Amino acid sequence: MPKMISAKFILEHKTNGSNDFKLDVEFDVSSKGIIAIFGSSGCGKTSLLRAIAGLEKNATGRFSLNKKVWQDNGTNLPTYKRSIGYVFQEASLFEHLTAYGNLNYATKRVKNLSRLDDHETYFQQIIDLMQIEDLLPKYPAQLSGGERQRVAIARALLIRPDLLLMDEPLAALDTARKHEIIPFLLRIRNEFDVPIIYVSHSVDEIIKLADHIIMLKDGKITDQGDVATTLSKHQYIGEEQNQTGAVLNATISKHDKMWHLISAEFDGRLLWLSDNQEKIGQKVRVKIMAKDVSLSVGQNHQETSILNHFRAKICAITTDTHPSMKLVKLKIGDSVLFARISAKSTNILNLELGMSVWAHIKSASILS
Amino acid sequence: MIFSDADLNAIWLTLKLATMVTFLLLLIGTPIAWWLSQTRSWLKAPLSAIFALPLILPPTVIGFYLLIAFAPEGPVGHLTSFFGLDSLVFSFWGLVFASCIYSMPFVVQPLQNAFETMGNRPLEVAASLRATPIDQFLSVVLPLCRSGFFTATILGFAHTVGEFGVVLMIGGNIEGETRVVSVQIYDHVEALEYSQAHYLSAAMLLFAFIILLSLYIFQNKKTSFGVRL
Repeated sequence: MPKMISAKFILEHKTNGSNDFKLDVEFDVSSKGIIAIFGSSGCGKTSLLRAIAGLEKNATGRFSLNKKVWQDNGTNLPTYKRSIGYVFQEASLFEHLTAYGNLNYATKRVKNLSRLDDHETYFQQIIDLMQIEDLLPKYPAQLSGGERQRVAIARALLIRPDLLLMDEPLAALDTARKHEIIPFLLRIRNEFDVPIIYVSHSVDEIIKLADHIIMLKDGKITDQGDVATTLSKHQYIGEEQNQTGAVLNATISKHDKMWHLISAEFDGRLLWLSDNQEKIGQKVRVKIMAKDVSLSVGQNHQETSILNHFRAKICAITTDTHPSMKLVKLKIGDSVLFARISAKSTNILNLELGMSVWAHIKSASILS
Repeated sequence: MIFSDADLNAIWLTLKLATMVTFLLLLIGTPIAWWLSQTRSWLKAPLSAIFALPLILPPTVIGFYLLIAFAPEGPVGHLTSFFGLDSLVFSFWGLVFASCIYSMPFVVQPLQNAFETMGNRPLEVAASLRATPIDQFLSVVLPLCRSGFFTATILGFAHTVGEFGVVLMIGGNIEGETRVVSVQIYDHVEALEYSQAHYLSAAMLLFAFIILLSLYIFQNKKTSFGVRL
């Protein structure tokens, strides 16, 4: 019997009578790796995470982790009885305790934890993993945002939770700090046997970290499944505006030593990319931004600098953020790609739904 | 010795009263302030108003109503006689009761402010780290709101010491029982004992200044949390 997370929640927020928000979700996922809950702000992803933690008093429904019931008819464990570790969006360290005091706060309260044989080793392992040895005597006020978040993550891990909940742990950090934390999160996924539910509105983070994705919109699940498969069906929205794109699942298949290229195979097609020491057979996620894809109807792409050309079928044309631009959704085999081209070009080329065109991919990047 | 025995008696009684009242108010006021800081009930506004009433009512009004309540036919009077206790009028315990009501807002409001400033997040964090509600209060609320508790203690104590009107209305003027410093000063002035009145008044002035000074020093200090601790 595989280990499962099984959840169903209904939660209504009444915000001053207007815009009533309702969260109504049900999902079952395998309880391993990183499960991302993805959606724009206000979609209810934080409410869902809080409901799982037992922090939303009005949430009704059920929740069980590996057959252990936390919430169901008649059962509703308070937060302090749920075996969770919770990392909040902003630094949530206790201001009156040092970093060490914060870590200790957690371990003192879990029964028998300090009596486990490997407690000392485990404690040290986490300190080493998060690289917080030097921070231990400091108060939260003396730590940077990234350092505080590392201590908070260590604190959540130290109580050996059955489930780790993370609410946009990187959202309050600048880009440099984000890159500082992501490797730690990956190591947690790889080195600890704890499922993580990770809330985020950043596709970049999710592609780098998550295994499974649950997409939320207006309090409802719109899609879920394996990250690349699910994301490849949807428009990719990057960190900044006009960063629409798509994600492909691919496998590294060939090296071209002479030109320092590698080929990533998807749907039986080869995409040539710069060689960054990826291994043959390695599974990768490739991000292709809509602005890096151009279209043509003719055959003569021999005289262009672009390496990658694919036969594609137009399945949607929408106006992009600016009226001068169109976003064209393409299908290459089973994969979805987006091209951002000018409205004028759409007209000149007579682009229509169902039409067969050539997609030229100027650049693509490997995400994991 | 510049203070007479009667003066010392009054000082001792005042300190005893203020300590007792502060202690009781911290016990009663904490849950009230907590409830007010957490509730979304419609009762919050009317109850806040009731607890804040002593801030603006003349002490004589409070004293008058308490006097009626303490009388043998009054609600509190019924209770005390039912339990076979002495009437609270003109007694030390009557003063304690009255002072608790009179000084309530000075304890409840700083605590409520501190709880509201702290917000719910530290409690949620504590709960996620397996702390039970009582544990959360002791290990998170108390230390994080300690400046609020400090302010509440100081203000509750100081305000009880400075009380005059209510004492006179329901406590009368019985030495060793209800004659506190403020009443003693009044007596000295009435009897034209100006030097005695001077000594006691100066002592009160000094006391009030030191109390407020310590309050402001403490409040400046706590802004640099963690660094100076």
